[in-house]
Amino acid sequence: MSSGTDSPSGASPFSLRYWREMPNDCMPKIVLISVSLCVVCSFFVALSAISLKDLQMQNKLDEKRMNIMQVAQLQDKEGSLDQIFSKYIESRLVDIENGTFSDRFDPENFDVLASREDPGLSRTLTTAEDRAKIKVRENFAVVYLVKNDAGEYSNVIIPIRGYGLWSTLYGFMAVSIADGNTINGLQFYDQAETPGLGAEVDNPRWRGLWPGKKIYQDGTVKISVKKGNHNGNAYAVDALSGASLTSNGVNNLVQFWTGPLGFQSLLQKLPQSLS
Amino acid sequence: MEHYLGLLITSMFVENMALSFFLGMCTFLAVSKKIETALGLGVAVVVVQSITVPANNLALQYLLDDGALAWLGFPEANLRFLSLITFIGIIAAMVQILEMFLDKYVPVLYNALGVFLPLITVNCAILGGALFMMERSYNFPESVVFGFGSGAGWALAIVAIAGVREKLKYSNVPPALRGLGVTFITAGLMSLGFMSFSGVQL
Amino acid sequence: MVEYKKVLLDPLVENNPIMLQVLGICSALAVTSQMQVAFTMSIALTVVTALSNFSISLVRNIAPSSIRIIIQMTIIASLVIIVDQFLKAYLFDISKVLSVFVGLIITNCIVMGRAEAYAMQNPPIPSLIDGIGNGLGYSLVLMIVAVVREFFGSGSLFGFDILITVNNSGWYVPNGLLLLPPSAFFLIGIMIWIVREVRREQIEPVEFAIQSTAQATASHL
Repeated sequence: MSSGTDSPSGASPFSLRYWREMPNDCMPKIVLISVSLCVVCSFFVALSAISLKDLQMQNKLDEKRMNIMQVAQLQDKEGSLDQIFSKYIESRLVDIENGTFSDRFDPENFDVLASREDPGLSRTLTTAEDRAKIKVRENFAVVYLVKNDAGEYSNVIIPIRGYGLWSTLYGFMAVSIADGNTINGLQFYDQAETPGLGAEVDNPRWRGLWPGKKIYQDGTVKISVKKGNHNGNAYAVDALSGASLTSNGVNNLVQFWTGPLGFQSLLQKLPQSLS
Repeated sequence: MEHYLGLLITSMFVENMALSFFLGMCTFLAVSKKIETALGLGVAVVVVQSITVPANNLALQYLLDDGALAWLGFPEANLRFLSLITFIGIIAAMVQILEMFLDKYVPVLYNALGVFLPLITVNCAILGGALFMMERSYNFPESVVFGFGSGAGWALAIVAIAGVREKLKYSNVPPALRGLGVTFITAGLMSLGFMSFSGVQL
Repeated sequence: MVEYKKVLLDPLVENNPIMLQVLGICSALAVTSQMQVAFTMSIALTVVTALSNFSISLVRNIAPSSIRIIIQMTIIASLVIIVDQFLKAYLFDISKVLSVFVGLIITNCIVMGRAEAYAMQNPPIPSLIDGIGNGLGYSLVLMIVAVVREFFGSGSLFGFDILITVNNSGWYVPNGLLLLPPSAFFLIGIMIWIVREVRREQIEPVEFAIQSTAQATASHL
């Protein structure tokens, strides 16, 4: 290969002809082509990323709100997501250990994910404590208070998560504020369990088994997920058929998050503090 | 330590790249006729995966992630949308460098692995490894373990299927199923076998 | 025009990228348990293949051969990022299910394979059509697998319930195996079997012939 700086026809380096006549494998041409390719590609990529960014952020936010609204059973209310959300839902930061509301961070912008990485804001669980298999529990969490049409607080929505069979299940649970004991809804928004078996945690029929169940008896967690028909039992929910490991996972994570390391103290204080 | 051992076993068996996520299938089916070639490719994947996953992890942490450019004075920048192109670029560059390095200093290894290296750039197990690393936000030591484990798992799978195929050629397969067809079905059965690792929690 | 039609339709049956050339099967296995997801993936791949073929063909005469592969990679990766951004913005739910598999279009051998084998030698318009054709060939296999898996695995098509499953107090006991990824291997294996029964010229040659017992005994005597 020639060094390429000399054009065969002697055309000026600024003319198109100079570059066209240069063999494709000369160093200057390789550099020119790769640089211009990068510029063109980065222009299109950056254009699409920036112009679609707002829409994507909105999608993420809407998705989270939709999940919260479904657990709170607000999806039939009229109006836009924004309107319903601001009318019925109030987000609050909770100090999980004390079970009290906290103003340390702004609940709208609090980054729970980042706080789990921070040893000062989280607690590493021992194997015995870690029933939900989550390794680290954050000290502050965002919960959502649901108001009814009259503006009175009716439910609190707590975030729950834990390991099933294949994946960590992420979800929300709605608990009545009046007694801090009755479950009013449970929903997982992110899971990758076996389709057709464990993934039936998303099945509305199974989710429908939860409302009305009670969590605590005499101050200890009694709710469980186990095999068999438990229509008359306020403390047990039918396990999913053919998915014992996922059901065990749900059992463990619900017991963990309603237990002493989870939101138990918050749920016990809520009836006095809010109603 | 226990945590890393668990991650290693998980990435090799429970979440096997080839048989649980079906990554790198094209090469998995195309280069598995003989055990020796499969072994060569497998080793090459282990080497490349152990290098590129940690390298991509560093790129993600110090260049692309939200706030990663703070050391340059741009704490607001979030270049995550560039991760795909960065990862593939790093993989291509690493493979190229590895090839030149082996050619120059370890010619024996170059002769054994050389032909497979270019194939590996477009092996989705490699890019998939980097993307899983990003999705699961592994830190640097974890990414080293995950890179090695997932590469080794893939190598294990391809050597295993090559073993099966070497025996399979002595069997009387229906003509229309011969070659590709029966290989698919074999891979399906192997993958069912690997599903029995599911539920193993480490 | 006849030629374009051939370029477009050839990859559908005669020379299908998945069935015959064993290209791009990773995603064919992983995203076919729901038709909606498989459909989105098919469109994404067809768009990427068509546009990458087109743009690579545009630069084929000025591309230095030493950095040819990198040029192809850059173009393909940029297109995939753009498609990924669009999916995240307009089809958020599906893009969550597809997760890493959209990104893996970059290493989908169909895209690279067509760029190298066709677009580097042919003008832009035929390359575009070749890209669409191969994308459709991929989509065809993907959709057939997805129809079988979703219909028998969950009793629905495109998410609409056709057979009411037992879990929803119906009568149909879904075949759980079809929802698990290995079933895609079996389905594609069976499809290859059927196609080759019909088109016998695609049958692979025997690598090792087994002697019949009669011959073997005869040779020993």
